[in-house]
Amino acid sequence: MAFLPDVFGQALNGLAYGVLLFLLSVGLTLIFGMLDVVNLAHGSYYMLGAYAGLTLIAVTGNFWLALLVAPAAVALIGAGIERTCLRPLYRRGPLDQVLLTFGLIYVFEDLVKWIWSGRIRSIPTPALFSGSVTVFGATIPSYRLFVIVFGLAIAVAVWALIEKTRLGAIIRAGVFDSEMTAGMGINIDRVFTGVFAFGAALAGLSGVIAGPIQSAYPPMGASILVPALIVVVVGGLGSLKGSLAGSLIIGQAETFGKVWLPGASMLMIYVVMALILLFRPQGLFGRALK
Amino acid sequence: MREVTRRKFLATASVAAAGAAAGPWVLRAQAQSGPLKVGVILPYTGVYAELGVSITQGMKLVFARENDMVAGRKIEMIQEDDEMKPPVGIRKMEKLIDSDKVDILTGPVHSGILMGMRDKVHNSKTILIVSNAGADAISRERCSKWIFRTSFSNWQPCHPMGTWVAKNLSKEAFLIAPNYQAGKDMMNAFKESFVAAGGKIVDEDYPKLGETDYAPYLTKIRQSKAKAVFAFFSGTDAVNFVKQYDQFGLKKTTKLTGAGFLTEPDVLPAQGQSALGIITGHFYSPLLDNPTNKKFVRDFRAAYGGKVPDGFACQGYDTAEVIVRTLKTLNGNTQDKDKWVDAITKVEFDSPRGRFRFDPKTHNVIQPFIYIREVKETALGLNNVPFDKVADVRDPGTGCTLPA
Repeated sequence: MAFLPDVFGQALNGLAYGVLLFLLSVGLTLIFGMLDVVNLAHGSYYMLGAYAGLTLIAVTGNFWLALLVAPAAVALIGAGIERTCLRPLYRRGPLDQVLLTFGLIYVFEDLVKWIWSGRIRSIPTPALFSGSVTVFGATIPSYRLFVIVFGLAIAVAVWALIEKTRLGAIIRAGVFDSEMTAGMGINIDRVFTGVFAFGAALAGLSGVIAGPIQSAYPPMGASILVPALIVVVVGGLGSLKGSLAGSLIIGQAETFGKVWLPGASMLMIYVVMALILLFRPQGLFGRALK
Repeated sequence: MREVTRRKFLATASVAAAGAAAGPWVLRAQAQSGPLKVGVILPYTGVYAELGVSITQGMKLVFARENDMVAGRKIEMIQEDDEMKPPVGIRKMEKLIDSDKVDILTGPVHSGILMGMRDKVHNSKTILIVSNAGADAISRERCSKWIFRTSFSNWQPCHPMGTWVAKNLSKEAFLIAPNYQAGKDMMNAFKESFVAAGGKIVDEDYPKLGETDYAPYLTKIRQSKAKAVFAFFSGTDAVNFVKQYDQFGLKKTTKLTGAGFLTEPDVLPAQGQSALGIITGHFYSPLLDNPTNKKFVRDFRAAYGGKVPDGFACQGYDTAEVIVRTLKTLNGNTQDKDKWVDAITKVEFDSPRGRFRFDPKTHNVIQPFIYIREVKETALGLNNVPFDKVADVRDPGTGCTLPA
């Protein structure tokens, strides 16, 4: 048995999975950092992205167009939800927010069932990436390689947006202290809506990206929520770097857990989370708890 | 006085004459005239809703043919959604038995719900016709005089596949199935006959139920160099596994085989081209060439907007057929439960899957055939095309001693 290609191949598998988790968790962590809302309905945007993508591909036959348009559509829905449902709750306690966003999961799920029926659907693999390739002795579907490259490119873009642009500076300021930012004459309401819509769009994007790998069915949003939340907890709430590091760690932990500890693979990610929380209760890149 | 007596005599005589003319019908009506209540426990929401719907459609097709009236009794279905959750299913069963006082029960899809229902059904002497759940135990150590199964035991579609794969494909196989009872049951059944035919299990894996990323397992399969994989998955798991299997390019090196559920019509459209060439064992395919099946497919498609029936619909059809036929044998009188059980045990008819009969030893259906099918493009779209078969597959029923 060739040991090294095996490990390398599994590492690639873990990377592809981790990148998907990153696209999901980055929105979750930004929304929490800035708006102080634990958005339990974040997985619903992932589901909406997958279904919007499904329909766009059925109509146009073009995966790449769907990859562009579906996230934009989800961003609009996200903006609408922020304005109408979440805004009145900002001054209320976290319990109200949790109840509301939890309720939204069911609303979105029923909406999807009503529009698309509960039948299992899936997005066909784009023809360009339908095969598999062998890299250093490890075979991986070319689509997964695309997911890795694309996801890492998005990570760099999000990082550049937040660290290098004026808009990013405003967002960072908002995460740090939103009242102070508003006091400096910035329309913080609009920034809130923008950040929420941006997070929703990334979740929608990961829904389309995951489409050719995984099937679409109504409870998919709820089932992806747990790993995404774990990533945010491991990486540190509100931290972009943490979200990337957390995704990559959890991606690898789950993949190697399945290979080396069959039967206990579910346990792996919880063990990793517990270990990290034991030594850094605020998460890897979280601000120290006061 | 004479007058009154005569009038009385005439009245009595005419009632008696009317009774004699109407014959046994009146007597039967007196014995039991109420509707026959059929309690149905199936999932109508969630990932397996599709299965519940198919089974129900198959049942309704048969009852509709009889105009919902059999041997003078109206057929009344009381449908309950078990949501695939054991506590919900068991609560619904208690309601159907205790407050609705159903005459007969059918369902469920989930083996966990079936195992949870077993003791209450057995102790209350309620007749249950299992129309999906395949837990082997219900035909073995947990069998009951009151429980019949029209669907399958998990053992049935897999055991013939072991022999077939060893003989026709490869003596080395990799096994993979979700980590729960049905997955284990099916892999064990395959192993039994595969090893007996000189096969060797290279490795086996049991991912969690509802897994979304099979990449680590697929990499392992590739490295194992096995020539064949035997898999059991259903629902979204079946879609994800089959698509990812194709993406990893494994179709070229390793033949994918499995239990029929891997490529049933509830998942086949979502799997698309990825499913082409997969070989599975199952008791049904809409392409079976027998008159009952041809009529069944035609009627089913006419009734349900062109939908092609699947194995689940066939299970529903057979369940309803068992109820209708035994009710006719009993002239609608179901008060003597022992007689009813006796009638069910002896019922025999032409089903879309072949000649249907129960194994008196276990009350589990004897599969007329397990068909070996390959996914191909057909006039009806992607479909499971049967090309080989194994006759009279009955569960070994180890540990079952009826009546119990």
